[in-house]
Amino acid sequence: MSNSDIVKIAILAVGGQGGGVLTGWIVALAEANGWRVQSTAVAGVAQRTGATIYYLEMCPSGEQAPVFALAPAAGDVDVLIAAELMEAGRAVLRGFVTPDRTTLIASTHRIHAVSEKVVPGDGQAPEDRIFAAMERSAKRVVAADFQRMAVEAGSVISASLFGALARAGVLPFPRQSFIGVVQDSGRGVEASLRAFEAALADDQPTDQATEAGRVPPRGPNHLTVEWKALEVRVSELPEPVRQMADTGLRHVVDFQDLSYGKEYLDHLDRFVVLDDGAFLLSATAAKYVANAMVYDDIVRVADLKTRRTRFARVRKEMGLEAGDVAHITEFMHPRIEEACGIMPAAVGASIVARPRLARWLGRRINKGRHVRTSGLFWFATLYLIAGLKPWRRGTYRHRVETEHLHKWLDLALNTAPRDRALATEILACRRLIKGYSDTHARGEAKFDKVLGALPALKDDPNAAGMLRRLREAALQDVHGDALEAELSAFASAPHTA
Amino acid sequence: MAERSFAKEVQDLRTGAGQEFHGEGILAITKALLECGVGYVGGYQGAPVSHLIDVLSDAEDILDELGVHFEANASESAAAAMLAASVNYPIRGAVTFKGPVGANVAADALANLSSGGVMGGAMVILGEDYGEGSSIMQERTHAFATKSQLWLLDPRPNLPSIVRTVQKGFELSEASNTPVILQVRIRACHVYGRFEAGDNQRPPLTVREALEDPRRRMERITLPPFTYQHEIEKVADRMPAATRFIEDQQLNEHFGGEGEVGIILQGGMYNGVIRSLQRLDLADAYGKSEIPLYVLNVTYPLVDTEVLEFCSGKRAVLVVEEGQPAYIEEAIGALLYRHQGSSTLVGKGTLPMAGEYTGTVLMDGVTRFLREHGNGLLPEAHRSTNGHAEDSDDEGLSSAVPIRPPGFCTGCPERPIFAATKLVEESLGPHHIAGDIGCHLFSILPPFEIGSTTMGYGLGPASAAALSAKGARRSISFIGDGGLWHNGLTSSIGNAVYNESDNVIVVVDNFYSAATGGQDVLSSRADRASKSTHHSIADAIRGLGVRWVKEVDRTYDVKRLKNLLTDALTTEEKGPKVIIASSECMLNKQRRERPRRNTAIKEGKRVVVPRFGVDEDVCTGDHACMRLSGCPSLSVKTLDDPLRDDPVASIDESCVGCGNCGEVADAAVLCPSFHRVDVVHNPGPLDRLLSRVSDVFIGALQQWRDRRRLVFEERG
Repeated sequence: MSNSDIVKIAILAVGGQGGGVLTGWIVALAEANGWRVQSTAVAGVAQRTGATIYYLEMCPSGEQAPVFALAPAAGDVDVLIAAELMEAGRAVLRGFVTPDRTTLIASTHRIHAVSEKVVPGDGQAPEDRIFAAMERSAKRVVAADFQRMAVEAGSVISASLFGALARAGVLPFPRQSFIGVVQDSGRGVEASLRAFEAALADDQPTDQATEAGRVPPRGPNHLTVEWKALEVRVSELPEPVRQMADTGLRHVVDFQDLSYGKEYLDHLDRFVVLDDGAFLLSATAAKYVANAMVYDDIVRVADLKTRRTRFARVRKEMGLEAGDVAHITEFMHPRIEEACGIMPAAVGASIVARPRLARWLGRRINKGRHVRTSGLFWFATLYLIAGLKPWRRGTYRHRVETEHLHKWLDLALNTAPRDRALATEILACRRLIKGYSDTHARGEAKFDKVLGALPALKDDPNAAGMLRRLREAALQDVHGDALEAELSAFASAPHTA
Repeated sequence: MAERSFAKEVQDLRTGAGQEFHGEGILAITKALLECGVGYVGGYQGAPVSHLIDVLSDAEDILDELGVHFEANASESAAAAMLAASVNYPIRGAVTFKGPVGANVAADALANLSSGGVMGGAMVILGEDYGEGSSIMQERTHAFATKSQLWLLDPRPNLPSIVRTVQKGFELSEASNTPVILQVRIRACHVYGRFEAGDNQRPPLTVREALEDPRRRMERITLPPFTYQHEIEKVADRMPAATRFIEDQQLNEHFGGEGEVGIILQGGMYNGVIRSLQRLDLADAYGKSEIPLYVLNVTYPLVDTEVLEFCSGKRAVLVVEEGQPAYIEEAIGALLYRHQGSSTLVGKGTLPMAGEYTGTVLMDGVTRFLREHGNGLLPEAHRSTNGHAEDSDDEGLSSAVPIRPPGFCTGCPERPIFAATKLVEESLGPHHIAGDIGCHLFSILPPFEIGSTTMGYGLGPASAAALSAKGARRSISFIGDGGLWHNGLTSSIGNAVYNESDNVIVVVDNFYSAATGGQDVLSSRADRASKSTHHSIADAIRGLGVRWVKEVDRTYDVKRLKNLLTDALTTEEKGPKVIIASSECMLNKQRRERPRRNTAIKEGKRVVVPRFGVDEDVCTGDHACMRLSGCPSLSVKTLDDPLRDDPVASIDESCVGCGNCGEVADAAVLCPSFHRVDVVHNPGPLDRLLSRVSDVFIGALQQWRDRRRLVFEERG
């Protein structure tokens, strides 16, 4: 018997995924079929381990004991089971997946690494590159969202991956033998078998197609009539702008009211007339003007938290059925800034202008409040706050936001005739402003800093590209180190880019 | 109780002669100890031999039946010192710990032990924590063996070889009056295989019998003038006795026939080397090799005559020795030189000087050796040098795949401690922060990035000692409950008290030696039949003379921790400021509580289960919460909403409802998108009534408002 008669299986998993369980099952499977098998692992110490490799070798029993290796080697793996998409990518990187022999079984779901989560912008790893590498490197790919199959079966991923291994048909053991191993495993057998069968049958969970945003809103007659008028205005917009405008309009009307929606469309019209045939400027405006007009004040938070649809969503997320009892507790921490925000503009402004008074009042307001919105008292409180909506236009926050909005719009509108691409980028900078309290302040500071570079860019033919680079840098880290680096590089060589 | 239970597996330790034992390396080692009639066992946990401690601990009944004493030692040093029982009594003893850091701690006792020598076989089972999966600095334990003269056993990594080496190791120890180290690498500890079992043996002399009949031999004590005699004995008697035994018993093995080139390898490298030869068609699946192999199951001492005989007549010899310095290769080189050997010695250079000898590395090294010295032994396909696999990174894959370092588990009680520290640094500015060994050291990685150094177990606060100046900004140092009881109480706390340090010390108390797998320590809250727990950390620390001691019994209270840390950094009080932050390791807690809870729910009892959620329409996708968390259950999710550029926060079903998200959102004034849902299983009549009343009232209000405005359907 030679080396090629030894079947080599590597399992790449994230700590806590149960790679040890899967390994144990494969060992039991091989032994049940009279094979010699060896497995090794670095001690599985749960989630804190990070990425982990389990490794098995097996061959038919003979007179002598074979010599098995203790770890996978590049170019020498028959079956590679990756329990997460990026682990599949890591397996390819390490050379464990080769076109001459490797069957790659991969779960396509994501467990995000910390480095992907902490980025203020979108730090998610590019999945398409992993899929391409899988197809390029493996002899055969068996890929599906095995995590979801397992969760839907009330089980864990080891069960669905074991089913995928059976389906791949790379081990010469009958299916009944796989099932026998799961049956003998003792715990959660039924759920495990459901997940196993789902993977075996390749029951790809399908997303129900969502007709996002196309359903007309429900409401009293006079409002729906008015809404239809706004819809007509949207339908008259150039085609490339229409869909985003419709989504934006819903967002804005949902936030305040129909006349706020009218304002939104008015803003939009000013961009459409300045635009070219591609209507990129207007489409960008449709998106970011809506986002800017929908600011996060207490009224909005209270409104969103007390909606019927929200209660239904939370219950669905928790898997609750009608009649199940559950309590919802919110974690809020309003500060004097938020309180001033919903005061009449003059009152709010006068408090903000008196720092000592603001601090004194702040001490009375500024504390964490854990409130139960599924209870009568706090629900009613938030409900009443949400009911302040008709007075919102008179609040201090609205005044501040509107001033900010107009300044930004004017900047974009004034730039557009001269440099349409730059105006588009100015609009897109709105992405920098998000979050609450300190995060919001930092976002605004970055927004100001990025737009502060505009005077220096004025005559640069590639001003739009430069501004985009600054914005992307600003989204890379929280303190704006990347942005500072870009700015200083830009200051030392302003016309090279 | 430890994270992993071996209660079921240890029953296999009763397997008797004629039966086949199936199991992991560590279980096989335990079985071998029992078959050798060991009189006492002990050790200190640490990867990769943590589970060996767990096995011994779970096997206490079986050990008791055989009259074997088990000690869960306080440290590696305590474990090594315990081997003193074999100095005056013919009792076999074994202790286990990790290398080389465990050997560092144990070095004092090991040196004393090997000076006087032993009468009963004394063995250290040392888990060599080197290469992939290692959690420590990359060094070799080999140096400890040579400097103190302990024999170093490195068996081939299969269960029959490991078991035989345990047996022969005791005999070698007794034949040469020298303690031995049985070195097992990470994957060998967890290799699953089988071997022919023998019967367990009661120790010929138990520790109980020894205590009834105490003996002493003054010349064995490590004290002048005996120490001078000990050194002479080591070279004149013990070393020759050892090499004689190794040769007579053929502890080192030969494979393959004659040939002009050969390979000398550490036993632990055998499977990897054979695999390379298998891939080169120079060995079959059973390990029958065409290249002569000399396998060192004993890597110290070398048997000179065997080495010289193997090299004689060979044009070139490759030494496969993992790690650096290359002690074995250098010794063989010196030996060949002294005996005018003519073989070309190949080793480091053809194989890399540093780093783990993985399958790929060995394949490359063996191929290169045979290409240069093998004279046509190599199959055609491997003769040219450009047979390398294509670079798989042509599409920028390496930049796409994120690294996945270890981190805090879901619901870990240490997470809020570092969230609080980060918030304090935001208000009081950056401080010098010293880390220690334990799960809490994950704080050095994103998202927390807290801690500048780690100097060894229990030495966090000690490592900040020099950075101490009256009236200056104080340093903060962390130490775990495990490290505190290991040696930190004296090395770190006592040191700070005596030197009137003003620094701040945070004791991270998670009720276990958690990083090594949840072994109990003195302050654990579990009741143990044979161990004494519930000892107060605060009392111990106050007993040393610390006046400023504050306790937090719920680490998830981020605000309280933040305030305490601020106080500790600013108080006028002199002397070290110690905060003891206690909450149970969530992994262990869940392992215990979840089955109980599920049973209770099944039985129809009222159980409230909390879980957190994020309101995706309130979340703005700034990820500030994640920069203060890093919890595996809190992640990002891309919404099906064209207005959104960035993914929002999302909490998956693995959330254990620890409370960190809510507390952090509050303490750091993040967004109001977090909520906790308390699901009441098997609600009582009152639950139902109250819930019904509020549902009706809330539903009516919601309907009233919905009738007066436009309601847009939610996406998704």
